[in-house]
Amino acid sequence: MIPEIGHFSLILALLVALSLGFLPIIGAARGNAVWMGLARPLARTQFLLIGFSFLCLGYAFATMDYSVTYVAANSNSKLPIQFRIAAVWGGHEGSLLLWALILSVWTVAVSMFSKHLPDDMRARILGVMGLISVGFLLFMLMVSNPFERLIPAAMDGRDLNPLLQDPGMIFHPPMLYMGYVGFSVAFSFAIAALLGGHLDAAWARWSRPWTTAAWVFLTIGIMAGSNWAYYELGWGGWWFWDAVENASFMPWLVGTALIHSLAVTEKRGSFKAWTVLLAICAFSLSLLGTFLVRSGVLTSVHAFATDPRRGVFILAFLVIVIGGSLLLFAWRAPTVGRGGKFDVVSRESFLLANNVLLAVAAISVLLGTLYPLFIDALGYGKISVGPPYFDTVFAPLMTPALFLMGIGPIVRWKNASLPELAMRLRWAFGVSLATAIILPLLLGNLTPMIGLGLFLAFWIIATTVNMVYLRLRGQDQPLFTRVKAIPRAWWGMVIAHLGIAIFTLGVTIVKGFESEIAVRMAPGDVAHLAGYDFTFNGVKEIQGPNYTASRGEIRVSKNGVERTVLASEKRLYTVTNMPMTEAGISPALIHDLYASLGEPLVDGAWSVRIYHKPMVEWIWFGCLMMAFGGMLALSDRRYRIKKRAKNLAEMSEKEVLA
Amino acid sequence: MALKARHKRFVLIGIGLALIGLAAMLILNAFQSNMVFFYTPTQVEKGEVPKDTGFRIGGLVLENSLKRQDDGLTVHFVITDTAKTVPVIYKGVLPDLFKEGKGVVAQGKVGADGIFMASEVLAKHDENYMPPEAAEALKRAKEQGKTLVMPTT
Repeated sequence: MIPEIGHFSLILALLVALSLGFLPIIGAARGNAVWMGLARPLARTQFLLIGFSFLCLGYAFATMDYSVTYVAANSNSKLPIQFRIAAVWGGHEGSLLLWALILSVWTVAVSMFSKHLPDDMRARILGVMGLISVGFLLFMLMVSNPFERLIPAAMDGRDLNPLLQDPGMIFHPPMLYMGYVGFSVAFSFAIAALLGGHLDAAWARWSRPWTTAAWVFLTIGIMAGSNWAYYELGWGGWWFWDAVENASFMPWLVGTALIHSLAVTEKRGSFKAWTVLLAICAFSLSLLGTFLVRSGVLTSVHAFATDPRRGVFILAFLVIVIGGSLLLFAWRAPTVGRGGKFDVVSRESFLLANNVLLAVAAISVLLGTLYPLFIDALGYGKISVGPPYFDTVFAPLMTPALFLMGIGPIVRWKNASLPELAMRLRWAFGVSLATAIILPLLLGNLTPMIGLGLFLAFWIIATTVNMVYLRLRGQDQPLFTRVKAIPRAWWGMVIAHLGIAIFTLGVTIVKGFESEIAVRMAPGDVAHLAGYDFTFNGVKEIQGPNYTASRGEIRVSKNGVERTVLASEKRLYTVTNMPMTEAGISPALIHDLYASLGEPLVDGAWSVRIYHKPMVEWIWFGCLMMAFGGMLALSDRRYRIKKRAKNLAEMSEKEVLA
Repeated sequence: MALKARHKRFVLIGIGLALIGLAAMLILNAFQSNMVFFYTPTQVEKGEVPKDTGFRIGGLVLENSLKRQDDGLTVHFVITDTAKTVPVIYKGVLPDLFKEGKGVVAQGKVGADGIFMASEVLAKHDENYMPPEAAEALKRAKEQGKTLVMPTT
């Protein structure tokens, strides 16, 4: 009964979404205040209905209702409860429901925090979000219904893919979806601006916090995914340029560009049309990413053949959303107006360079991800484009981007003097260059790539420190007051940029200095790597809730002093009969020691992989710093004061009317 | 002499276009030189594969073909598309889902002795799921009606 109620609730949600998608937008076009006013209650109703539907599916998972096809396919009675709940989004249908739920959450959030927007704009924004929701709900109800019954019911479920039975599964997908779907807000703002034909600094200021919020979630989501892959796949890699990863990285690149171009639109009124285009692209890539990952098209183009209706629906939806919004853009973009003029050397042109580089990077990822699919779909054979392509492309694209990042924030708007900049930054340049040469020499490995990576990381740090120092010095107030006097958005930028530096440092060091061995180890054998001795203690059989495992212990010591013990497991999940490796990792600021069991050989010996990963944790720490910088920017007072002032104005207006 | 605003704009646009052209060249060049093509064991047997560059082959791991050298790390196995077979050598730890009779994809080069020296072995992370390249190889062999070795699973 409960699944049917959930299904019914989803149908009601579709009706509400349809009303939300049409009535307020028509109302805005006709100046009908009542129809525009419907947007807010409809957004809330939609959230309640989808939320209820989601709870129904969660209930079916929690109570192990294997008469529901989706539950039977992605769960099992032996699956621990936290994974049984996370299994709600473990497959195609449920993850679409999560997507729709998160879209309704963002819609409600916009309806709550948009009291300061003009009525027609708010109506249009919520209306566009309603239309997106219609697409997803239709898709679910027509071809991907998570509540479909299985008759006769299964005795037990087929279990969640063991790879997904991990705490990462609980956080990573919701975070990532919060990011993907969050860009729908920026998208809706852009479409609303195109429909309404006015796009000014206020529009940019309203869009900024939403875009930043989505970007923060996406950053955390990608970081969590990368970290998960690192410890779960047992190969010690943290980024594989896998199509699934690329699908999340493309909206991130474009979203980052969008954050920066919004800044120009707000402060200087320039880049208007470009900002709108980026907002459209960021969300289009999010949609593309969702479908690439969820439709099965990546595992094989022919996966579409299993249910061609899905493929047709997805393609049609993408064409309508992307094609429609681009057409609207081509038609209406001239109405948004041109921005102020700026010089060749100015903050505007630095931000323009940032935008172009990020956009080109996104295009290069898109090419590498989609081209093999096209070739395959057209029947020209199978090719793959691996990490070497992306590595080759990214180094030359990111080098100027990171270098300009050190200069951009201190350049004046409109026009600046190059010699003056050179004077100001000569020390930062010298210090970072010297560090980039001396440090690798001390560590005993100087290659061009290590030197370049370190130079860029220290360059960003040195220029940022210089910028903070100049902004804080020379006043007689106490330091704390001076720090507080500067807007949080600025500090957010400082921290996010330092996060990039930390990230770059981590990537450079781990790529330049990591080492690994694969060895055959019998109990008592010792392997040597990076000055450490790894002693294999042999394997014990253990029993997990839904798996059996061989657990191997490896003692790590240096100069006879024991440092840590790594425990790696080779699990066999009994329901799916799938083997899985759990790596044993000892994470630390300086380096990770990482061991994973390979295969059992004769006489209790195993093949074992051991990795030494210097400063690998800095990669994820850098991402967290970026996300924290974004959060700090979100908490900036100016986003709130304006609202309060507007509220006061509205209130006094009401008083006058009364 | 200060440039006129219009000239400055031209300079900016010119530099921009030149840089974008450079980036496009770089990307397409990198793309061209890093594409990895896929071949079936039948194509390997016929000598239709590149001599100097690496490529991918896919198919099933032939039953009872997996042998390990004493170091425990170097493995020999045979990949088949059910029509032809290719012997493979790989040094390293095999992925969790590598199994005889199951689908596999290997990347590497063919040596002078006709043995495929794999630098990478892939088996995807789902028991029922066949790597698309492996499935393709089986399909092609079947279409040509040359199935000699029946897959055991």
